[in-house]
Amino acid sequence: MTILYAALTLGLLGLIFGAILTFASKKFHVDVDERIEKVKECTGGANCGACGYAGCEAFAQAVVKGEAKATGCGPAGAEGARKIGEIMGLNVEVEERRVARVLCAGTHGLAKNSYKYDGYRSCVVASDIAGGPKDCRFSCIGLGDCMDHCAFDAITMKDGIAHIDENLCTACGACVDACPRSVIKLLRVSQNVIVRCRNEETARAARESCMRACIACGRCKRECKYDAIIIENGYARIDHEKCTRCGDCAKVCPCNCITVE
Amino acid sequence: MNIFLFMISCILTNNFIFSRFLGCCPFLGVSGKVSTAASMGLAVTFVMTIASFVCYMVDQWVLVPLGLLYMRTIAFILVIAALVQFVEMFLKKSSPAIYSALGIYLPLITTNCAVLGVATLNVSAEYNMLYSVLNGFFGALGFTLAIVLMAGVRERLESSKIPKCMKGFPISLVSAGLMAMAFMGFSGMV
Repeated sequence: MTILYAALTLGLLGLIFGAILTFASKKFHVDVDERIEKVKECTGGANCGACGYAGCEAFAQAVVKGEAKATGCGPAGAEGARKIGEIMGLNVEVEERRVARVLCAGTHGLAKNSYKYDGYRSCVVASDIAGGPKDCRFSCIGLGDCMDHCAFDAITMKDGIAHIDENLCTACGACVDACPRSVIKLLRVSQNVIVRCRNEETARAARESCMRACIACGRCKRECKYDAIIIENGYARIDHEKCTRCGDCAKVCPCNCITVE
Repeated sequence: MNIFLFMISCILTNNFIFSRFLGCCPFLGVSGKVSTAASMGLAVTFVMTIASFVCYMVDQWVLVPLGLLYMRTIAFILVIAALVQFVEMFLKKSSPAIYSALGIYLPLITTNCAVLGVATLNVSAEYNMLYSVLNGFFGALGFTLAIVLMAGVRERLESSKIPKCMKGFPISLVSAGLMAMAFMGFSGMV
């Protein structure tokens, strides 16, 4: 008899709650666009916030509303953007994948230190103390703030500067924001000829602080057949629109600060 | 026991996480950021208060008269699961702002043992309706306090240099243990 009571009570409770919930689900029904969920699945899913929205969910909502571009998610890459475009019924012109590049080649021994830094291991802190431990004010400090901010383990510290594994990098831009010196830039994968120096000092001062500093000598500019090198602010810069990636500039650079990745 | 002492006892002395060790899953799972931890605390407060009220009614008006006291656990689970579902639907319709603030934390509470814990504690301590609801509410405030404090600690842990083997959960567990020990200092106060 007790068993019957127990079963009946529980069954009835369940039935009552079930009825209330069924009623509630009809009464409180809200239409949700199912595309939001689908778009969210195509994003990187890291909630990195590089798209400018509060997370992957918010980005997906913005895409469905038409406020955000299908290509807005960096970590999703070209493949993800194409899928989002398919869901939204858009023809997506996929932009080329980008990666973060470190614009400094001043490794230990090549870049001169102005003092020995023993403090808290943070680039932000070190850069505020007498202009940072390296003599060059434009250099990578090498204490790893970008590495700490990278959600994808793409950054390692080697010989006092940051190295970015381009296969792991998703161009989310967290390292760009973390770097107090703005040494890291997001570039297209094909833009692989890079002047890895941004020293604005005069040639003599630049050379004194780092053996890899660009001294704006102009040999690369003379060597370049495509007029793709611009020298301004005391260092060379590559116009990636014109650059054909022949690599001649890298061969003649006396400071070895142009590299072909 | 007056209500003020009862509040102190629920929030500090008998803190759900640090002295009863209930609800440790969300305590470690969603304490990464202060803002999300506060949302989770809000959701738990909401559900625990209502759950202790509804469970009290089910217990007093259904289970006790029928002499089915051994069915408390299963009945309470049923009540809580249904309640959370209902609250979720209700919020989704009536206030999307709160719904999006609570987000995924709301359904997670179904399996939060602090909610079941408060219902069982209420019946075993034989509280009346007012004290049952207060126990749920203040207990949840204690939970919120613990999870927000933990989130504050973990935000700082994020930016400090920790040996690689201790990064993430190991150091979080160590700090949770230290916080529990600190809360032990309140024991015997009420």
